Amino acid sequence: MKRSVWLRLDTLARQLSPFALSLLLLVLHVVPLGVPGLPQVAPLLPLMAVYHWAIYRPDLMPPAAVFVIGLLQDALTGVPVGINAAVLLLVYGGVTAQRRFFVGKSFAVIWMSFAMVAAVAALASWLLAALYHVTLLDARPVLVQFLLTAAVYPALAWALVRWQQAFLKAE
Amino acid sequence: MSERPRSDHRVIASSRGLAHRFVYVGLVLTAFALMLLGKADALLMERFRAQVTDSLAPVLDVVSRPVASAGRLIESARELAALHEENERLRRDRARLLQWQDVARRLEAENKALKAQLKFVPPPAAGFVSARVVADTGGAFAHSLLINAGTGDGVRKGQAVVTGDGLVGRIAGVASRSARILLITDLNSRIPVLVEPSRIRAILAGDNSDRPRIIHTPPGAMISPGDRVVTSGHGGAFPAGLAVGHVTSVAEGVVVVEPFVERSRLEYVRVVDFGLTGILQVPSTPVPAAAATGSEAGQ
Repeated sequence: MKRSVWLRLDTLARQLSPFALSLLLLVLHVVPLGVPGLPQVAPLLPLMAVYHWAIYRPDLMPPAAVFVIGLLQDALTGVPVGINAAVLLLVYGGVTAQRRFFVGKSFAVIWMSFAMVAAVAALASWLLAALYHVTLLDARPVLVQFLLTAAVYPALAWALVRWQQAFLKAE
Repeated sequence: MSERPRSDHRVIASSRGLAHRFVYVGLVLTAFALMLLGKADALLMERFRAQVTDSLAPVLDVVSRPVASAGRLIESARELAALHEENERLRRDRARLLQWQDVARRLEAENKALKAQLKFVPPPAAGFVSARVVADTGGAFAHSLLINAGTGDGVRKGQAVVTGDGLVGRIAGVASRSARILLITDLNSRIPVLVEPSRIRAILAGDNSDRPRIIHTPPGAMISPGDRVVTSGHGGAFPAGLAVGHVTSVAEGVVVVEPFVERSRLEYVRVVDFGLTGILQVPSTPVPAAAATGSEAGQ
């Protein structure tokens, strides 16, 4: 009896880990690193996490979790509340709808797709922010942020795949 | 259920599909509704934001400490390399500043004497709260910082945030143990300033770039690169005379200012309480017309 409780707790912890990891990445995304110019273009770690789990384990990353991550990102970063929530949900919806495409594809394809998804996300958030403020916003930081995000993705994807193999292999 | 493994996910998708899609669409709509709500009731959203940052502040505080130490280590290694030149520069600076100290002492004495003759009412003495920057956020669309001090430490909305270099921004939202600073470079930042030495009154407006601009200058204003920009104290939100930055370029009516404060070097900041209520307090008073203009100015 006792063992089964521990087992269940263990399974629960494993199943919560994608969401928990995404929250951790969100915190890392906003931690001040002291690098000049970086805060404006910091790679979007939460976006990468959502993309990854939407492809590999959407069952462990339900839309509600994506929504919460986006909302927390909005609240922490000070952008209008709702923008990142909407953008992350858009990414999540798009990726889960096309999940069939990703099955058995090489990493290069996954990466290229991520770059495309990140570009759409950057454009969408730029549009939403511009609409919200009713001003044309400078698109250069958005572009640099997109490039950085796409460049950093392989490193994070490697770590997340490792995590997946280590803790979420069963089933 | 299906025998064909290739369409597995499709079957799974369709069996859970409807409920799932319903939730999904609902959440997307909620996100948009929140955006509209934030546009309509900025104070409500600021409260929500404050609650979230407050609950995450301890985590941010813990995570940012080792990162800051690592950053300091790298910084000190870099400084070690440039020690000799730094020393040379400081020696030169010291010689120059000693002369200025002399001038300042003389002016201070003169000022005191003149004030005594004029029965000048001095501004209230300022108290301050020092706090650590725990999150430097915003990406491309907002320039703000989170600090680990809040209402419990005496931080209030609208207070000025400074470092030894100059003005950082103002408190835009505050919860019990965290607060959000709106940097002077943020799109929503508007600060009444004076451009020295001509003492032209103007507004320093952030535009989400690293260099804010000066707007609403009177016609025929003479502003040239190198001019110092300080807060004017108009509007009662900030005290007068806080150093802000210097003018880097004046071209076709666009005056660009480089802030004295380097954002990437911010680790500790001071939240200054000058005892000013100012225009930022207006929204809380139940006067509709004044509230409208007040929140505009506060933005």
